[in-house]
Amino acid sequence: MAQVTQLIHDYLRHNKKFPHVYCAGCGHGIVLGSLIRSVHSLGYSKDEVVLVAGIGCSGRMAVYVDFNTVHTTHGRALTFATGIKMANPNLKVIVVMGDGDAMSIGGNHLIHAARRNIGLTALVLNNNIYGMTGGQASPTSPEGTISATSPFGQLESSFDIVEMAMASGASYVARGTVLHANMLDSLISEALEKPGFNLVEILTPCHTQYGRKNKFKTVVDMYQWYKKNTAKLERYRQLAPEEQAKFTPIGVFRDEMRPGLEVKYATLRNKLQEQPNA
Amino acid sequence: MSKKKGQAKVTIYPDWCKGCGICAAFCPSKVLELWPDGKAHVVREEDCVNCGFCELHCPDFAISVTPKEVSRRKTDTLDASTGGPLDPSAGTDPGPEENVGTPNREDENGHKKA
Repeated sequence: MAQVTQLIHDYLRHNKKFPHVYCAGCGHGIVLGSLIRSVHSLGYSKDEVVLVAGIGCSGRMAVYVDFNTVHTTHGRALTFATGIKMANPNLKVIVVMGDGDAMSIGGNHLIHAARRNIGLTALVLNNNIYGMTGGQASPTSPEGTISATSPFGQLESSFDIVEMAMASGASYVARGTVLHANMLDSLISEALEKPGFNLVEILTPCHTQYGRKNKFKTVVDMYQWYKKNTAKLERYRQLAPEEQAKFTPIGVFRDEMRPGLEVKYATLRNKLQEQPNA
Repeated sequence: MSKKKGQAKVTIYPDWCKGCGICAAFCPSKVLELWPDGKAHVVREEDCVNCGFCELHCPDFAISVTPKEVSRRKTDTLDASTGGPLDPSAGTDPGPEENVGTPNREDENGHKKA
């Protein structure tokens, strides 16, 4: 167990201002740690990993970590990442997005990246709110959420990111929480190793913008909520339907070993090069 | 290292701690406490079972759990094969204190802050 923190410090850019910008208790820091541990455990060098981040609190992650990083425009992280992967398929491209980034502004890009099944690893940090811009309701805010744009409760129902990714055709889809950090490590390292489009939804608390308005007294209450209201997928499937409504399932939802677009493209290119007259 | 009590040393880097209280709330042995100064403090280190929860879940990378240096008898400190002392680096981790004790106050443009 020792040296975990030391390891994380080895991967941070110490010329940036630390401690990082995230609020006290924000789960984004835990995701950053988990990502670093996963990359380290798989033995990738810093130069072969590309971290592409969009806009929002999650976008700051690209600033702190010492990989090749791109901090892109709002919602378009996947498009930049698609270009990077097609240009150099040897790179491990990790896309970090928030829920607003991935599901509303970049919702279209997420669908099509999943449909193309391009070899990216997308981490969607779902905190149910637009945290950085002042706490507006996001497409993943549950019905009844009190937020800056829904002071009497959100009327719209919310997106399920995992269902959306599976329907769009992603080859590996999983959901984890920041409370289950060991499980998150294994989900992220598994996703990094799989071919095709891999998506891991990570439930992370935003106490400053979401928790305070929704009856969570402290940030610890939000972590307790994750402890009480999430169930491993195996256990969740055995529950009665009325019991299932109380829990959010976490685990691996889909694991298909389908080759990514960049592999198919390379195969096609080789085939055409072998037939010069074609 | 076994998960026995009193084998681990818990270090908190106060410059990085934001006092969210996750470590204190979830510690199975109540080793850590949140003090009114807004930082977590180690109060019962001897009860630590080395589960590593605090280190894994600290969002600010401000906690390090390292094996404690076990005090040995004089005869134990000699390695039987070489006759020399045991590798002193085993079990000691200097930690990222050099990065933490003097936090880098430069912002992204390289300007020094107060």
